[in-house]
Amino acid sequence: MQLFIEQVLNGIGNGVVYGSVALALVLIFRTTGVLNFAQGEMALFSTYISWKLTETGLPVVGAIVISMLIAFVAGGVLQFTLIRPMEGRSQLNVVIVTLGLFLAINSLAQLFFGTDPQLMPSAFPSGGVDLFGGARIQKDTIGLIVVLLVECLALWVLLNKTKLGLKLRAVAADPVSARLHGIRAGWMLMFGWALAAMIGALAGSLVAAERTGFDATLMQIILVYALAAAALGGFDSIWGAVICGLIVGIADALTIQYVDALDGIEVVVPLGLILVVLIVSPNGLFGKRTVERV
Amino acid sequence: MSLLELDEVVGGYGQVQVLHGIDLAVDEGNVAVVLGANGAGKTTTLRAISGQVHVTGDIRFAGTSIVGKSPEAVSQLGIAHVPQGRGTFGELTVEENLRVGAINRRDNDIQRDLDRWYGVFPRLGERRTQEAGSMSGGEQQMLALARAMMARPRLLLLDEPSLGLAPLVTRELFARLGDLNRNEGLSILVVEQNANLALDIGHWGYVLETGNIAVEGPAEQLHDDEAVRKAYLGF
Repeated sequence: MQLFIEQVLNGIGNGVVYGSVALALVLIFRTTGVLNFAQGEMALFSTYISWKLTETGLPVVGAIVISMLIAFVAGGVLQFTLIRPMEGRSQLNVVIVTLGLFLAINSLAQLFFGTDPQLMPSAFPSGGVDLFGGARIQKDTIGLIVVLLVECLALWVLLNKTKLGLKLRAVAADPVSARLHGIRAGWMLMFGWALAAMIGALAGSLVAAERTGFDATLMQIILVYALAAAALGGFDSIWGAVICGLIVGIADALTIQYVDALDGIEVVVPLGLILVVLIVSPNGLFGKRTVERV
Repeated sequence: MSLLELDEVVGGYGQVQVLHGIDLAVDEGNVAVVLGANGAGKTTTLRAISGQVHVTGDIRFAGTSIVGKSPEAVSQLGIAHVPQGRGTFGELTVEENLRVGAINRRDNDIQRDLDRWYGVFPRLGERRTQEAGSMSGGEQQMLALARAMMARPRLLLLDEPSLGLAPLVTRELFARLGDLNRNEGLSILVVEQNANLALDIGHWGYVLETGNIAVEGPAEQLHDDEAVRKAYLGF
């Protein structure tokens, strides 16, 4: 039982990160209708920036905040320079651009920061807390969960309770109609990218500290799990992305512990989950059925 | 000076020229009706006004040229465009849709306006927390009208509001439009296939044919002109 609980907690620790990246994917998908395959690599680059800043002696939290601000600006610039020119063309073009970005940013990260593994210091206190039944939870896992909850809440408030959020959602629902109501759709799409890049920077910087060293492959497997979480969540629900991130993380941890046959190929678990859920419920677990009338 | 004036407006999509020189005017407080068959250029005319189509010639609103302005900018000048298909934000609730209409307003009367439109269209009030995309076509058209009015526009552009609506609902809609014009002096430019209803509330009418104004005149006169009716209006 203790082992089971510890594995579930492990899974939650990873799942929080998957959920976080899924959140960024969903945000861009909801506002622009495309999957940003470069999301993970953008986060990787930001993680390197956080790390570099801590190397200069900056406290970890300060480094991450600065890196998030840089990511916010860079995300907006990327959208403006590479994605906006694709406006009016097929969405396939945009997807291909994001795939190109994936490769380009990864290569640039290796070029600038090298290929040796680096140590990212943790923003949370070390050590564990004893739980019932003898299980222990790491303090940084608790920290990750708290950060993610705050992030979700902030996003939810932004999207549902502010004028800016209403503009963002209006553009996501119908960009042409939004423009006819005086909303600058171009700015909103840029803002969506900026926000997503910032969320990715936070997720990357926190997860890198969980590892005993990170390199340019840090986000690649995480992106696969995040895509699984986003797909499970139906690609349009913030809470769906987070909860499904946790589901994927826990399923993965339990598989590693209990299913020897999948040793080394645990990545089939999220893929299997996507397959099953999408067959049973094509809109995902939390996706809304799109109703359109003419 | 008319509120809206189109001078020799030529334009279209890419290489395809749709409008071949449109002259049209809407006087302040009037309802202008644009009639014509499918493909005559009615929708393109409205899109040209709201900045969605590249045009040459001149379009003046309240005396100032608006050619080359973005849809966002045109909207902020006080022109509300209800497009074909109604522009419903399907995933937003009815109330959020209405709030989008007032998104660039800075005054404190937004809540009062919301209550007002819920009074005019009680169905919208009953469904204020419902997703707008789940409503019927008629309800969505009412929503589109109320959403446009939330911006407190000086000029309302309506593209085929009767499309896909039951005759009774269409009649109701045009009655509301007539009220708005008479009681509040709202200027309206409406594009319609349903010539009878539109001309009933209209002051001036235009018949478009392949990108040109074929006939124009007082709405009443167009309505009663046997030759015009036979040739262009089909009733």
